[in-house]
Amino acid sequence: MTAALARRWLAPALVGVVGLALWQTLVVAADVKPYLLPSPTAIAEQLGQVRPLVWSATLATGANALVGMLAGSVTAILAALLAARSRSVDLLLSPTAAAVSVMPIVALAPALNTMFGTTSNTPRRLVVAVVVFAPVFVTTLRGLRQVQPVHRDLLRAYAATPRQAARTVTVPGAVPHVFSGLRVASATAVVAAVVAEYFGGLQNGLGSRITAAAANSAYARAWAFVLGAILLGLTFYVVTLALERVVTRRHGG
Amino acid sequence: MTRLRPVAAALAAVLLAAVLWEVVKVAAPDAGVHVGGASILPRTDAVAMPHVWDVVQRTLQPETSAAGAPSVLSSMLHACWFTLGVAAVGWALGVVAGFALAVLMQRWRVAEESLEPWLVLSQTVPLVALAPLVVGWGGRIHLGGLEWQKWMSVALIASYLAFFPVAVGALRGLQSPAAAQVDLFRAQAAGWGRTLVRLRIPASVPHLLPALRLGAATAVVGAIVAEVSTGTKGGIGRLIISYAQSASGDPAKPWAAIAAAALLGLVAAGLVGLIGLGLRRFRHTEVS
Amino acid sequence: MSTPATAVDARGVGKVFESRSGTVTALQDVHLTVAAGEFVSLIGPSGCGKSTLLRLVADLEEPTSGELVVFGKPPRAAREAGDYGITFQQAGLLPWRTVSANVQLPLELHGVGRRARAMRAAELLALVGLAEFADAFPHQLSGGMQQRVAIARALAEQPSLLLMDEPFGALDEMTREHLQTELLRISASSGAAVLFVTHSIPEAVYLSDRVVVMSARPGRISGIVDVDLAAAADRTEGLREDAAFFAAVTAVREVLHGAPAPAVRGVDVR
Repeated sequence: MTAALARRWLAPALVGVVGLALWQTLVVAADVKPYLLPSPTAIAEQLGQVRPLVWSATLATGANALVGMLAGSVTAILAALLAARSRSVDLLLSPTAAAVSVMPIVALAPALNTMFGTTSNTPRRLVVAVVVFAPVFVTTLRGLRQVQPVHRDLLRAYAATPRQAARTVTVPGAVPHVFSGLRVASATAVVAAVVAEYFGGLQNGLGSRITAAAANSAYARAWAFVLGAILLGLTFYVVTLALERVVTRRHGG
Repeated sequence: MTRLRPVAAALAAVLLAAVLWEVVKVAAPDAGVHVGGASILPRTDAVAMPHVWDVVQRTLQPETSAAGAPSVLSSMLHACWFTLGVAAVGWALGVVAGFALAVLMQRWRVAEESLEPWLVLSQTVPLVALAPLVVGWGGRIHLGGLEWQKWMSVALIASYLAFFPVAVGALRGLQSPAAAQVDLFRAQAAGWGRTLVRLRIPASVPHLLPALRLGAATAVVGAIVAEVSTGTKGGIGRLIISYAQSASGDPAKPWAAIAAAALLGLVAAGLVGLIGLGLRRFRHTEVS
Repeated sequence: MSTPATAVDARGVGKVFESRSGTVTALQDVHLTVAAGEFVSLIGPSGCGKSTLLRLVADLEEPTSGELVVFGKPPRAAREAGDYGITFQQAGLLPWRTVSANVQLPLELHGVGRRARAMRAAELLALVGLAEFADAFPHQLSGGMQQRVAIARALAEQPSLLLMDEPFGALDEMTREHLQTELLRISASSGAAVLFVTHSIPEAVYLSDRVVVMSARPGRISGIVDVDLAAAADRTEGLREDAAFFAAVTAVREVLHGAPAPAVRGVDVR
């Protein structure tokens, strides 16, 4: 038990440590210029210096990602419920979601900035919402569709009404699928929120800080903000994963 | 007939979106709607939301008022072609690297155990955030006679984004054969290489194709984002920014560029989808 | 109001499936009567339409010809009145519900109050010997235990007819024999008629009052064998080694494999 656990954690941890050490020696020994790659120690030092700024930028970007993700997920789940009920809604929304999932949605950011004004957070939240919509819609709809034939027969045998069928089988059965969609979306939400900032607008988030630092040749500082973005992405992912575990624990997974 | 249905539905969806756009334009106040300091509905004047038909019309007119300026449509096509090329280079690099990593992880359990958490981790973190940094390499590295070009940075970012879905999808695919099938190969004394070629790679197709498609889409996103954060000229990303800057005087132009970028994503995914046509018999249980 | 003496009455029932590759005659001209309280098995090779016949009785499919009457009503009315309970080859439990909540499902769908539901579920779980698993989830149970929960669920509304579609088909032989004896006890105590689909001859003989043998392409009844063993409640494991049991098994096997066996066919074909 403990051996397996150690193996599970030790090997990746070892890779991480060795990777960091290699990075540090490479940068120092080969005298790699900071614009190529700053050393981990230089980044850590910068992080210490600009910690309050990283924190506030992370909060700003995190708020955009959170609001956008909530709005996008709620819309997607409602749309999937509609599409599961109505064939024509499905016919309209399913190809749309498939198309949206391969489109570079961040490209909307500059036009949204014009529409909502450059001092608004709304454009970024909207970008996040659209990016989140596609995976959540697709997985939720798949979950709503995936009723086992034996369960369908059972409901018919007991003369269940459509409403009862939804409450007892369809919706509870879709819950794990909704969460697997949310898990995928949680990671992309943060990516979208950061990247949307590269397209102009307010200068309060991680994305704008990274570009600003890079433009000033403060590369180690830019990496410190990147680290903030990485931690933010992880937080979103882990929180969604934890929620998923709590909600679907009863599904006997 | 059944094949045309989704196409017709997609067209209907586009039409519906256009109608919705015009309805919002008419129904919502020009200055937009704000609730508690957050803007809920956008400004709907001609600058913020041009008519759909104005956008279509604008694509056919010259880009600028300068004599001999190309039409917006032709500059956009050029830009899309450039971005598609860079994204394709990035995609190809990402696919090779991703597949190689998957094979490595399939071959050695140690590799899988030590790398997989990092693979998952790298999917959850915004690595595109690195774009402005990698992009700084342009013109500063010389590899022998080769000078590092800005577009190479863009392709590198794109490959980075294409890499992860491919690695994850390929690994899942290579591990997908049933134990009985693997045992069968073992019983025939087939080595690892033969098992890989005859069993694991064919079996990975249903997992690999969606990953390749997703990789193509993310490569396009990566290329556009990287162009924007570098100011690399010539691509559609740059065009979106430069058109957006002239939005106050020429509001239809940025929307045309956005539509072009959206189409580019569809085309890239569609092109990769063509690969699947030749592999039909391997695709019995495609997982998207 | 008393239950009619006939649970199921099929008169010339046929079922044709239309598909892109053509039409398949799953059932042709089936005549069958199941009396109230009677245990009848349907047996035959795959494709003989035995499951289809059961699904027609359950109103999960509709016949394309002939007439089907369940307790004097059309199948649809019988289904909506909750006249039968049903089990399938898969237990089909809802994985997110506890064992007890799964048993309560039919009662819940038909508006029975919470307390009454819980009491009935406790009763049923005691009947199938799973009282201590009321709060467990299906994935914590073995296949045989899951199937017992499904039987308890089918009995929830005290139906006068049990429809069972290869309920023990996916279980190992030992669990299977154990559950067969259990089912005999349960069906005897409930007094319900049972229509039981199986592809195991010993299973059909051990359980049934009558075994209906079907043949494929097109699916129809090729003969009916009366099993004259002890009353359901008195059948025990020892019966499996009884000469009368073997004789009945042989009789069924002959109808099943025999070329048209007019002698047997004459026994009880209606």
